[in-house]
Amino acid sequence: MTAHLQFDPIRLPPECETLRTDVRAFLAEEVAAGTFDPHQPGHGDAYNRGFSKRVGAKGWIGMTWPKRYGGHERSQLERYVVTEEFRAANAPAHLHFVADRQSGPILLKYAPEHIKQDILPRICRGELCFAIGMSEPGSGSDLFAAKTKATKTDGGWTINGSKIWTTSAQIADYMLALFRTSPPTKENRRHGLTQFLVTMKSPGIVVNPIRQMTGKAGFNEVVFTDAFVPDDHVLGEIDGAWKQATSELAYERSGPERFLETFYVMLELIRALGPEPDLRGAEGLGRLVAQLHTLRRMSVSVAGMLQAGKEPVVEGSIVKDLGTIWEQKLPNRVRDLAAFLEPEILNRATLEDQLAFATMVAPKLTIQGGTTEILRGIIARGLGLR
Amino acid sequence: MIAEAAARIFADLADPQTINRAKNGAWKEPLWRALSAAGLPLAWVPENLGGAGAGVAAGFAILGVAGRFALAVPLAETLAAGWVLARAGIEAPATPMTVAPARPRDRIAIDADGRLSGRAIGVPFAQEAEHIAVLAESGKERTIALVAAKDCRLGDARNLAGDAANVVTFERVRPLRSAPAPHGFDRAALLLIGATIRSVETAGALEAILSLSVEYANQRIAFERRIGKFQAVQQNLARLAGEVAAALAVSSSAADTIAQADTFDEAVFLEAASAKIRAGEAATEGAAIAHQVFGAIGFTQEHVLHRFTLRMLSWRDDFGNESYWAAELGEHVARRGADEFWPLVASR
Repeated sequence: MTAHLQFDPIRLPPECETLRTDVRAFLAEEVAAGTFDPHQPGHGDAYNRGFSKRVGAKGWIGMTWPKRYGGHERSQLERYVVTEEFRAANAPAHLHFVADRQSGPILLKYAPEHIKQDILPRICRGELCFAIGMSEPGSGSDLFAAKTKATKTDGGWTINGSKIWTTSAQIADYMLALFRTSPPTKENRRHGLTQFLVTMKSPGIVVNPIRQMTGKAGFNEVVFTDAFVPDDHVLGEIDGAWKQATSELAYERSGPERFLETFYVMLELIRALGPEPDLRGAEGLGRLVAQLHTLRRMSVSVAGMLQAGKEPVVEGSIVKDLGTIWEQKLPNRVRDLAAFLEPEILNRATLEDQLAFATMVAPKLTIQGGTTEILRGIIARGLGLR
Repeated sequence: MIAEAAARIFADLADPQTINRAKNGAWKEPLWRALSAAGLPLAWVPENLGGAGAGVAAGFAILGVAGRFALAVPLAETLAAGWVLARAGIEAPATPMTVAPARPRDRIAIDADGRLSGRAIGVPFAQEAEHIAVLAESGKERTIALVAAKDCRLGDARNLAGDAANVVTFERVRPLRSAPAPHGFDRAALLLIGATIRSVETAGALEAILSLSVEYANQRIAFERRIGKFQAVQQNLARLAGEVAAALAVSSSAADTIAQADTFDEAVFLEAASAKIRAGEAATEGAAIAHQVFGAIGFTQEHVLHRFTLRMLSWRDDFGNESYWAAELGEHVARRGADEFWPLVASR
């Protein structure tokens, strides 16, 4: 066998179900209090400081991290339950989600002790928002072509250049960014980039919002002009960020957020079809159910492997590849299946509103966090083709 | 363990390349003898009923390996038949067997004297089986019956891969043994176990296809490069890996569910129906991609690829196709309503 893909039938342990009950009760209270409307994903602010703090108080941010940094030492599978319940309910978790998913784990691994003690407990309390500074105007998927420069100076580094498509930068407290500290070498074009922790309020950083085609201001250009980053904000090896990138990919790419982004249109379709759909509606819905169940079982399986300390990079990339394509196609499948429904069905306005939003959001799903093409390159490498 | 024993036997006696070159079916007899000697065909039959009592999970593991060899003897069907007979406490004969009905619309009736009538189409390997395990119905009563294949009328029919898939007609056939089916065991349950079996085999076949395709892409030279170096080919193979992964994940999940379940409840229905739908879709996509990678050579009789692709494409139609199960699943989900949908998905 050239390739061996592993997707064991991992089941969530019983403690996850107790937790799930708590999470659902919490979300129901938040909905009742008017914090968010699960049926209106396109409306309202996905960043909600009050909500994130209440989530933190519940102990649902930094769940897997050590207690001495404010974490809760719970399992990846428990974190999985919280993530999927939040996602399925359209809970406004943008503020803390990136910090919880990837920035925190990177800091845990590479930040000096005093920084960990300062920042991680605040992430766990839902107080901090993180942005990721990777893409630049001249480099997107080609991550290692980044040019924004960090030049050594007294006690730290001076940053010049710009990052782009930076989600959350408009409100972020910190950014984890890749800056060029040396030119690439002939032997290794990935050499020369270093990972930094940037305090967004530092002088010399200007954030310019970029309006998306949905009408929302979701991402930004971040311009650095002689911005200063102190030495103790260097994360990991200087010039060696490329060695640090791969193991995080499985975390970032295999979660339930990679196939549930447009899930609300499926729920609304079920509402629209009613208890006795015609054969076309039933068959179309059934296929979507089977596909969703499959994606979730794959995703849980990867979470189980992460919990077991494995690094399922190929499996994680496969989940994101299949998952994002599925959630991207979902609005159109729902549109097709709803085409012959009676005009006077009760939730038509909601369904149409949701479809409009999901259809506009759909193109970005296979771009953000690693494009389809990049993912397939990673999978091909895992298969032994490159 | 038992799956490794199966793999050794298949490697020795069921090598797809060798079988593809064989002029006749002479390879079947020694293969079946070796499988029987290892207790594999009756793995799902408890020891007190004449079987190996290997457990549900072990049986599915054997079938995954069988899929990787595109096995063309009624091992899966005999396993299924033994399992069905065991539900009713009927001792399994040590012969090749199959099960009926194998399609959702077929029904076998049992009359007051215990004779069976009806027709089942696409019964896999019926003409190579000595016995058929039948689920027969009379009103709400269900009976499990052991029937001699020679007592039935068999129409000559084959699936895409050339394996027997007969129309079996029962004309007042007297079963050799019969007993009431246990509570909750109905046609849907028979179809669900059959569907899971085919999904597991399909995932195995897809694994083999991926392996063959990657190996070929790393050898074949075109435009002065190995074709696996072209991004277009790499993207196709990555897509194939995705389909393999999906089939593997959903079928192993369904098999695990059946292995853990006491009854054919909603969990089994969701898992097994989803597995049949998604593995069937993966077979469709996966076969097309693999043939694209191999080009003309993969379209020849001589090449081994069709042993896998045609077999798994045929398996899509056994025990309910994708559309059948999708309609069943869609109706079920719609009946439960939107608010109950996420809890159902998350319960697995």
